[in-house]
Amino acid sequence: MKFIITLALTGFLAFVCGVYSSIPWWSFAITSLIVSMAIHQKPAKAFWSGFLGLFLLWTVLALLKDSANDHILSAKVATILPLGGSSVALVLVTGLLGGLVSGLASLTGSYLRKTN
Amino acid sequence: MRILPTIISGLGTAALVILLNTQLPAGAGKTPRLGYFLSPQLGFWQNAEPVNTDFNANIELKGLKAKVDVYMDDRLVPHIYAENDLDAYYTQGYLHAKFRLWQMEFQTYVASGRLSEIVGEERLPTDRFFRRLGMVYGAEQTMTNMEKNPEMKATVEAYADGVNAYISSLKPEQIPFEYKLLDYQPEAWTPMKTYLFLMFMSYDLTARGAVTDLTMTNAKNYFGMEDFNKLYSNVQDSLDPIVPVGTIFQQPAIKPVAPANIDSAFLHATKNNSTAMAPMVPDRDNGSNNWVVGGTRTKSGRPILCNDPHLGLNLPSLWYEVQIQTPTHNTYGASFPGSPAVIIGFNDSIAWGVTNAGRDVIDYYDMQFKDSSLQEYMYNGVWTKAGQREEVIKIKGKPDLVENIAITVFGPVMYDRSYKNISTEGKYLALKWTAHQAGNGLQTFYQLNRAKNYDNYLSAIANWSCPGQNFAFASKTGDIAIKQQGAFVARWNRQGDFIMPGTDSSYRWQGMIPVQENPMMYNPPRGFVSSANQKSVDSSYPYYIGAAGSFPLYRGICINRKLYEMENVTPEDMQHMQMNNYNVFAEMARPLILKYLDQDALTATEKKYVNLMKYWNLNGDEKEKGATVFKCIWDSLETSIWGDEFNRSKLPFPKPDASTLLEALIRDPNFSFVDNVNTPDKKENINDIVLTACRKAVIRLQSADSANKLEWALYKDTRVNHLLKIPGLSRLHLPIGGGEHMINATKEMHGPSWRIIVHMTDEIEAYGVYPGGQSGNPGSKYYDMFVDSWATGKYYRLLFLQKEAAAKHERIKWHITFTNS
Repeated sequence: MKFIITLALTGFLAFVCGVYSSIPWWSFAITSLIVSMAIHQKPAKAFWSGFLGLFLLWTVLALLKDSANDHILSAKVATILPLGGSSVALVLVTGLLGGLVSGLASLTGSYLRKTN
Repeated sequence: MRILPTIISGLGTAALVILLNTQLPAGAGKTPRLGYFLSPQLGFWQNAEPVNTDFNANIELKGLKAKVDVYMDDRLVPHIYAENDLDAYYTQGYLHAKFRLWQMEFQTYVASGRLSEIVGEERLPTDRFFRRLGMVYGAEQTMTNMEKNPEMKATVEAYADGVNAYISSLKPEQIPFEYKLLDYQPEAWTPMKTYLFLMFMSYDLTARGAVTDLTMTNAKNYFGMEDFNKLYSNVQDSLDPIVPVGTIFQQPAIKPVAPANIDSAFLHATKNNSTAMAPMVPDRDNGSNNWVVGGTRTKSGRPILCNDPHLGLNLPSLWYEVQIQTPTHNTYGASFPGSPAVIIGFNDSIAWGVTNAGRDVIDYYDMQFKDSSLQEYMYNGVWTKAGQREEVIKIKGKPDLVENIAITVFGPVMYDRSYKNISTEGKYLALKWTAHQAGNGLQTFYQLNRAKNYDNYLSAIANWSCPGQNFAFASKTGDIAIKQQGAFVARWNRQGDFIMPGTDSSYRWQGMIPVQENPMMYNPPRGFVSSANQKSVDSSYPYYIGAAGSFPLYRGICINRKLYEMENVTPEDMQHMQMNNYNVFAEMARPLILKYLDQDALTATEKKYVNLMKYWNLNGDEKEKGATVFKCIWDSLETSIWGDEFNRSKLPFPKPDASTLLEALIRDPNFSFVDNVNTPDKKENINDIVLTACRKAVIRLQSADSANKLEWALYKDTRVNHLLKIPGLSRLHLPIGGGEHMINATKEMHGPSWRIIVHMTDEIEAYGVYPGGQSGNPGSKYYDMFVDSWATGKYYRLLFLQKEAAAKHERIKWHITFTNS
């Protein structure tokens, strides 16, 4: 239950940060860290809840944009990055990047809480 | 206990964030900041425009005088209905920005030599070149001049206000895709940027001379004047000028006199060797076709005007379609994002189109400075004080670079000891260019947008100075006309083809040709007017119009030949004609090749390819293999004939025109350059050279054939590049024929950038298409919407609507209202 709550809270706060588009893209790293400190879990669980919170958020947001767009832009960007023109790969890379940053921040939060 | 893991994971998080927040080196460029770029709420995903986007909106803005209604049609062309002109241009600025902001800003960064600021020092050579060419200087002159005209000042300012209204409405996540990719921010638009953009068009259409005057000087010095005249002959036997042969020209108002020392100091001088090469050169085929068929030749009895400007093919396109209706005018056509008004189009009375005049309006003078401080230069026997201009180039991540440019009586010193190469060492080359003189830029188009008749057209173009253009004209009342207009130098023969001595005034420009002496035709008996960048006049014109290298011959011949034959012309005929791929050059060159080719000496394989050319229908159509064979054989022939002499020098020379070689060989197969100078013991004749050329071409053809690229379109491989040359944002491998020498002048990356046909019936019937789309956003389905139609020769019927009709027209999809907030 704790896992689901932290995951949801991490994702929700990251979304809220994103709505305020004048703050940096990585602001969610701070909210993920705070969530992880507030709701303590073991390091591994903290990492995965933080990771999945952002992975799911970014993947779903990207998928929504991508399907409304008929993959026009993602197919182009996936040749620039380079991902062989695969929209799916680009969505997954998007989710992985967000997830990784959030997961590491959550992990740090978990360790920090223990230290105190 | 947990301190170490905390530190490690904390540092790991920070390191990852920093890494993802940095532009990393990748190949020649840099990646975007990946975390930002991929963030679905901030980055590129935000530019993925839903395919069913609803463009309806009520927009409140500061600065409008009254309500403006904009109806967007199914191709995303805005039809602007405003109660006054300034509101219309404000709205045009807003819409240009909404759909093309990145492009319009990027183009002005290029023009003003500011790319290093956003990309980094790898663009420094282009920036220095444009600064030293005086791009900013020229734009400033024109702006100062135009600001004296209250109407034009207000127009350009209203446009800028509209652009800025859009920019300030943007949330960070809404900035165009390319800003996110390159990682910079839009800045405020200014009237100066409009003039910089127009300066870029002057560069693109007249600045080849900034390079060719140097390379021609090299060639003249290396080969000597006698051979130079063979290689770069100013005689074109098959010329069909814009104004027909036999036209009687009035007595010239100015009689330019060549200096007394022209032989020793200019034509036969051998100093001034120069290998200065610009980092970029405007395409030699920047040109166009336009023609107007008069009512005597059309089915309806009304004129039909056609125009297709040939320019670099880019995405987002140079052009943006728009209709603007106010109480003073109702005009439709292609506009430039970056500039108010319509550039090529029509209104409810007249239509106009432009092609490049190609006249030489740019020269170099060899200056003598007292010392390298560039304070004083010798002029007419006195040390004269030079002006000084500072150009500060900002470089991303590096200190600024300052260019100190001396200004002489002729113009800015483009090449000096700080901007040089081995051969310009010690030389100071000042540039004289009509684009540096205050022009009236936009005013001509502003007036054409409002012109009602022939007289309005004449007065609209009367003050047009640079780039010189052939303005074609048609009216509903049946008038047709064409006039070559620009500020043209009254030159003596060969004046300015090479670097000129600048220590005194003897080589100065002696005057500009009076406007009424510029070549023109008004309602000619033959029933049509046309231009295709050929020489506007034959040699009976009293002024020298510049070296022949700027004037392609064959499209003009083909157009005139067709128009002479045509009766009962319809817009559909004109569509076919704009897409016509008949190659007049090949028609003249193929018999020559076959005449001198000993076909019995060919192997079976060689014969197979030669036969493809022999039985070819002379059309550069998409599937024609003969067109590819002809092109390879001709290229190979040119290399065989010129290569031996040209490769003996390391100096860059201009490539002689195809027409020069063809006409030389028709006149005399024993043309002196035919012999291969690398085989001193043997004197090759035309038969030897043609055979060698064919054999070499076959090697190339075989490799094209094995790659399955023998068909003309596959071989030519036309593409429309994104402005950043990123393949993923470009349209590659387009199935389209045409090419050099053909009316459909579509080459690899260059060609008809906007095709328009206007039938001057009571209710105007117009067609158009360009290789792009109305949206500049690569994430929009409108980004490249017209490319396939353009490639296959399909046209769109242009919607030219009164406001009431627009509100209920079936092709109108959206309505945007603009009101003052």
